[in-house]
Amino acid sequence: MKQHLQNPTKNPPPTTTSGSTGVVTDMRVIVPLQGVVQGGGGGLILGSIIPCALFYFFQLYLKSKNRSGDDSAAPPPPQLPEIEPPGGGLQRVQSVRSIWSPRGSNSQVSSRASFVIKQVDNPYYVGLEKSCLDCYDEVCNPGGIIQLGFDENKLSLDVVQDWLMAHTKCSIVCQDLQMNGITAYHPFDGLSELKMAVAGFMSQVMEGRVLFDPSQMNLTSGVSPAIEMLVFCLADLGNAFLVPSPYSPDLDRDIKWRTGVEIIPVPCRSSDNFSLSTASLNRAYNQAKKRGLKVQGVIVSNPSNPVGNLLTRETLYNLLDFATEKNIHVIANETLVGPIDDKNQEFVSMAEIINSEEYDRKRVHIVYGLSKDISLPGFKVGVVYSFNQTVLQASKKLMRFSSVSSLSQRLLVSMFNDSRFVREFIKINRERVERMSDLFVGGLKELGIKCMKSSRGSYCWADMSGFIRPYSEKGELELWEKLLNVAKINATPGSCCHCIEPGWFRFCFASLTEKQVPLVMERIREVL
Amino acid sequence: MAIDIVQKPSVGLSKIALSQTHGENSPYFAGWKAYDENPYHEKHNPSGVIQMGLAENQVSFDLLEEFLENNQEATSWGKNVSGFKENALFQDYHGLLAFRKAMASFMEQVRGGKAKFNPERVVLTAGATAANELLTFILANPGDALLVPTPYYPGFDRDLRWRTGVEIVPIHCESSNNFQITLEALESAYDHARSKNMKVRGVLITNPSNPLGATIQRKVLEQILDFVTRKNIHLISDEIYSGSVFHSDEFVSIAEILESRNYKDSERCHIVYSLSKDLGLPGFRVGTVYSYNDQVVTTARRMSSFTLISSQTQFLLASMLSNKEFTEKYIKINRERLRKRYETIVDGLKKAGIECLKGNAGLFCWMNLSPYLKEATRESELEIWKTIMEEVKLNISPGSSCRCSEAGWFRVCFANMSEETLEVALRRLHEFMDRRRNGQVLSME
Repeated sequence: MKQHLQNPTKNPPPTTTSGSTGVVTDMRVIVPLQGVVQGGGGGLILGSIIPCALFYFFQLYLKSKNRSGDDSAAPPPPQLPEIEPPGGGLQRVQSVRSIWSPRGSNSQVSSRASFVIKQVDNPYYVGLEKSCLDCYDEVCNPGGIIQLGFDENKLSLDVVQDWLMAHTKCSIVCQDLQMNGITAYHPFDGLSELKMAVAGFMSQVMEGRVLFDPSQMNLTSGVSPAIEMLVFCLADLGNAFLVPSPYSPDLDRDIKWRTGVEIIPVPCRSSDNFSLSTASLNRAYNQAKKRGLKVQGVIVSNPSNPVGNLLTRETLYNLLDFATEKNIHVIANETLVGPIDDKNQEFVSMAEIINSEEYDRKRVHIVYGLSKDISLPGFKVGVVYSFNQTVLQASKKLMRFSSVSSLSQRLLVSMFNDSRFVREFIKINRERVERMSDLFVGGLKELGIKCMKSSRGSYCWADMSGFIRPYSEKGELELWEKLLNVAKINATPGSCCHCIEPGWFRFCFASLTEKQVPLVMERIREVL
Repeated sequence: MAIDIVQKPSVGLSKIALSQTHGENSPYFAGWKAYDENPYHEKHNPSGVIQMGLAENQVSFDLLEEFLENNQEATSWGKNVSGFKENALFQDYHGLLAFRKAMASFMEQVRGGKAKFNPERVVLTAGATAANELLTFILANPGDALLVPTPYYPGFDRDLRWRTGVEIVPIHCESSNNFQITLEALESAYDHARSKNMKVRGVLITNPSNPLGATIQRKVLEQILDFVTRKNIHLISDEIYSGSVFHSDEFVSIAEILESRNYKDSERCHIVYSLSKDLGLPGFRVGTVYSYNDQVVTTARRMSSFTLISSQTQFLLASMLSNKEFTEKYIKINRERLRKRYETIVDGLKKAGIECLKGNAGLFCWMNLSPYLKEATRESELEIWKTIMEEVKLNISPGSSCRCSEAGWFRVCFANMSEETLEVALRRLHEFMDRRRNGQVLSME
């Protein structure tokens, strides 16, 4: 396998003809089931570090879960009865259900749930949980784990807090707390005043290059439900989305967990600065076809997460050309934190391209999260912005499952309508993110760790391949473990982001104070 | 499997996006549209449609207002910086511990202390709608079945089925025994599902029942629990109206029964709760999954990333719900007021010649118009419903949208309006029934 040769021992030999990243995903699906059968157990780290022999054993023991295309490669496990799904319309997701009852319990959970339960062994979640339990605090727990695995922006919380303290009482108690005020049922897709305010805010963030239309917008309680909702609207169970890798581990959850939709990674390489090419999109599309998966769209992040670079205008055009040719959708997750442009790059929103070009708007959908940009993590507001009326209508109805509290909505309306505050905030926030970015990346540089240039997010993508032994996913995870348990730093290893090159790590730095940066660097130095 | 929905060269959408499972074209929702177009207002539109199809609790709103007036710090943030920082923290789908504790203790209070709740088992969701869907995702695979007693909340067709791909198989209940769930009905529903090759994953009950407005009796709950244990399936108890029982001793929660059995076999039980009905705060979107199954708790918590409650809301409510003095007072007064409203409406209906099911909880009554149907059919029921909406200008919910197996029953909500409006509604009905008796009504019968 070509990719396999280029990245020795990165992944066990694939059982399918798909890319190695596809195999890794396979492993992540299959191994969790094995864990369930054997009652779980601490040592079960994701299949990527299980030796090949075990991998083959699992393939024999377990039914292939989500890919009909796998049938040609792996012999079907003999012990598992084939349960014919009613109506013939259901995928293999169903066929592994009740067999995997959790040990010690008579009740059975769904296969969806079983899969989620086994995510407990995924380094991404292990790191998050551990750092929650042993959280660093300057005063109370100075030896605790410093959380650099959660992408949240706390740098400008004080600015928001000051505003809230000055304005809160008025906006809640004085005017709106009445029968039909904030306590009653309200439209699940968001108050129209908030939509207007958010549309204005988004335009402000993009410095007026795009005007967003509030009537094309639905508001939900975060980016995750926004993405999940779009996936539900655009793909049926068993379909697939192409996602350029490396990608944020959250997408595995948002796109796959409850929808039963598959991700086909489109690997990007450091040699190209992790940029997305039409050739790689085509390759991934064809791989999906060979496996019998219907690709319904491409999901991109701009700026990309975890790499942090901006998609160029040309890339966006190519992407839209590709989508048009294949007649599929494009979902763009655009949550901008840093400056919109500097000497090197500019941020171009998909909305800008679509407005000006002759593309079919019905295939483009934008997701936007307020939690990062306006540094309001607690508020949990995500935007689904679409030009497709059917999708808008369907997602509007779906919003009932993840609606924003009216309390938060009212607060935000007040806040966004204070345009002076918004202007100030955007300016201060950007400065602070840039400053922290320079500080953090500079600190890593002194340790001999290079980062991808010009990160636009509140994180950086660091190349630590020089510090891992062996140069493989195993080596990478060993370093991750050292960082977590010895250095007490929780960072996200590239394998969780489905990066095909070992040794890359994502560090989220926007929850740090400047004072903490030297401490972080010191700790990292310890384990290098 | 994937149907190519191609209208000319446009790009395809999913079955979910195009399906009608959201049910918003049913009469249940059609009535709402009529109301939206011509809403009643005491002064500005006294002949408008009175909304009696929305189960919302507005009778105790003044108590909430009073609390907020007297507890300003609950609505302001960051008396100190660290307080604010904690509250604004990224989810952490665990939710604010203080809020989970407050929720657990409120749920205990609502049950008169007859059951204990552990904050570690409280999983927060944005409303009971999300909680029910979440549990369905966790307990059942696409194509599996949940057994749900009829009549049931019309939203279940959407909440339990739309995205999950799970089916609802009704447990038919009849007026002959006041719509109580019987063992025969349970077995029959189970067998029916199996005959259709569907794997039954659990039973979902609403206790107190929507739309019946009545609590489920202890012995019936015991029977249901025994049944699910025998079949090795789950039991979801949606207790969203538990705080709206008119007399506290008439409500038995599944939690009590589990406690009395020393939690034997409890890992198959899960409770759904929300503050939308009891506290009258539907706008806040606060719901919870309370499960006795560790794996379900873990999974639900992780999946709750899709349906989180904002920190501000959690903070505010934590402060409110942990104020025992306030909650005790609220629960007591709320019950009283609901009971009075219920008596008002039932008496009023009786005077109009309409009987209701004997209820003891909730924000609605279950009205019996079957004696006035042309035929015992759904069509006749919808005819009456339409007449009542168009002539009497009342929006009530027809039993068919609740999948009731007998025609002629209607759910009528009474808590989402002022007492005066309720009187107006009753008067209109009274006059309507009079006209009917005097043969003046044209479109009915």
